[in-house]
Amino acid sequence: MSLIDLEAIRRIFDPHAPKQLWGVVAEFEDEQALLKAGEAIHHKHGYTKLDAMTPFPVHGIEAAIGIPRSILGYLVICVGLTGTMTAILLQWWTGAVDYPLVIAGKPLFAFEFAMPIMFELSVLFSAFCCVFGMLALNGLPKLYHPTMNFSRFGRATDDGFLLVVERSDPKFSAVETRQLLMNLGATSAEIVED
Amino acid sequence: MANLTLTNSDLDAISPRLVLDKGTRPTGYKEITEDVVGIVEVKTPKAWWIAFGLSLLVTGMLFGMLAYQVMTGVGVWGNNSPIGWAWDITNFVFWIGIGHAGTLISAILFLFRQKWRTSINRAAEAMTLFAVACAGIYPVFHVGRVWRAYWLFPIPNTDINMWQNFRSPLLWDVFAISTYGTVSALFWYVGLIPDLATVRDRATGLRAKIYGALSLGWRGSAVHWNNYEMAYMLLAGLSTPLVLSVHTIVSFDFAVSVLPGWHTTIFPPYFVAGAVFSGFAMVMTLLVIFRKCFDLEHLVTIKHFENMNKIMLTTGTIVGYAYGTEFFIAWYSGNPYEKFTFINRAFGPYWWAYWTMISCNVISPQFFWFKKLRTNIPFMFVISIFINIGMWFERFVIIVTSLHRDFLPSSWGYFRPTYVDICTFIGTFGLFMTLFLLFVRFVPMIAISEVKGVVAADKHRHLPEEVEKLLVERRDEIMKVRV
Repeated sequence: MSLIDLEAIRRIFDPHAPKQLWGVVAEFEDEQALLKAGEAIHHKHGYTKLDAMTPFPVHGIEAAIGIPRSILGYLVICVGLTGTMTAILLQWWTGAVDYPLVIAGKPLFAFEFAMPIMFELSVLFSAFCCVFGMLALNGLPKLYHPTMNFSRFGRATDDGFLLVVERSDPKFSAVETRQLLMNLGATSAEIVED
Repeated sequence: MANLTLTNSDLDAISPRLVLDKGTRPTGYKEITEDVVGIVEVKTPKAWWIAFGLSLLVTGMLFGMLAYQVMTGVGVWGNNSPIGWAWDITNFVFWIGIGHAGTLISAILFLFRQKWRTSINRAAEAMTLFAVACAGIYPVFHVGRVWRAYWLFPIPNTDINMWQNFRSPLLWDVFAISTYGTVSALFWYVGLIPDLATVRDRATGLRAKIYGALSLGWRGSAVHWNNYEMAYMLLAGLSTPLVLSVHTIVSFDFAVSVLPGWHTTIFPPYFVAGAVFSGFAMVMTLLVIFRKCFDLEHLVTIKHFENMNKIMLTTGTIVGYAYGTEFFIAWYSGNPYEKFTFINRAFGPYWWAYWTMISCNVISPQFFWFKKLRTNIPFMFVISIFINIGMWFERFVIIVTSLHRDFLPSSWGYFRPTYVDICTFIGTFGLFMTLFLLFVRFVPMIAISEVKGVVAADKHRHLPEEVEKLLVERRDEIMKVRV
């Protein structure tokens, strides 16, 4: 998952570039059908390169198709603590080292008065990490993705529940995988090219 | 066992669904998309243009007044000595307070798993952003030399060769407000990404390109949602203490001083409750209008309003209690200056402001004890306006009545606003409305993906078996109550 997919960009600008098989996208009736199919294809049939596309977060789908828990929390705590340290250093260095000035007899640096800004900068840094970390982990922004070639891709953000099997899966076979998805209750399944 | 299962309509009698059926048409995922995105897709209605034109005019007045103030000096305001903080800081605290409901709905209610928040959080968060923008104007212009406002931030500079005083609550305020504004904007945008993708997938041509770029290529993948939900939860967790800290720090601006009427430890919780109170009143005022205009009664239901009214009742009662406590402590502390300030507030030259505040803030929310009034839309609209007015007066009372008579009669004074004060304040409402109108025109005003999640949960809801058994046994009784 690279941020800049040169191959994808080349294909956008070169319409004659040879297309290649990318995977299969199947559509399901509702979130329950999707969950059931995802569970079966991952745990029973052993597929691993799976993804789903849904208009809202369907809870349980990560476990069903084997997506690990997000590591974002660990990133955020590290960056948040960096914010705390930044605030301490900022207030100590500017007030007690670079420009010491006694105001109303207060100490040049003390944790008591430094607290509000320590808190605010921790929150600010963490929030930036939350948003940009989430985008980075998701590989966004990425305006083109092969699954967008699915003829009814628009339903993924409206009322469709799609299951994606990538070609890179060791068990993948265009015809059989498609048939398997149909057997698992898909209303339609399509081979998608990139 | 089969006949034990309750149907959805039986469950509705016990706990009504949040998203209601729209007439005879069931509210499915597709209908929600249609109803919400439809607002953005239709040709701009004439009424919108009229409202937008009017608010632009008022915004123009705001910028005119600000330009006049910058060119002439702060003297064009009614501020004087001893009342160096008057309408500017009143309006600042008023607008910041309005913002708090947005963050409360999106963060605190999210952490408490309050599903009803999903229909109103987008509009409330937008309101927060715009309210913070209006609030920011005042402290920046209050410094007088606006072009030096960047001195507030610790940026290495060669102009003054010195650093900010981190021991001042006024500097804490700079950090609190700028952090609050930034985090609210990030939170809002993150919430918007999936919905912008929905708009993108229905649009064509240039619109598809613009919304496509804004939605960053979101495709609702399970991997996306996994990280997204974690990010959203963390942001909510961060915003919850943030929203409490912001108004706490705003209250420190007062409480850390030694002025009678300001120097009290009750300020942080009292300011936070007041902020939530006024913020919900503003959300109410806006949503009553906009849900009617855009035909969203099935998504923003009477239940949402009822819940908001309950929160207003709670926070309004806390605020009323705080007024009483202030008075009690003024007497009980035995401090003559403190006692004088409070008697002067109620019976001095600003008695009218004090009693406006009391009647709007203490009496108005108490009507919401009654379910009939809590669910009556015209009634709650009027009350919400009263609360907006009352909360503005609260800030005015705190700031002006404390400043106008302090320790020595030689430094007493009286404040009268000038037309510049008044027009600037009215102007900020223009700015607020302009931004809000642009928001409802170009952005889905209801969080589509979250409402769909609520619909899905409603569809598959079930009760524990023993509860269900009990309900089936007493079914007739329950249905009778319902009728």
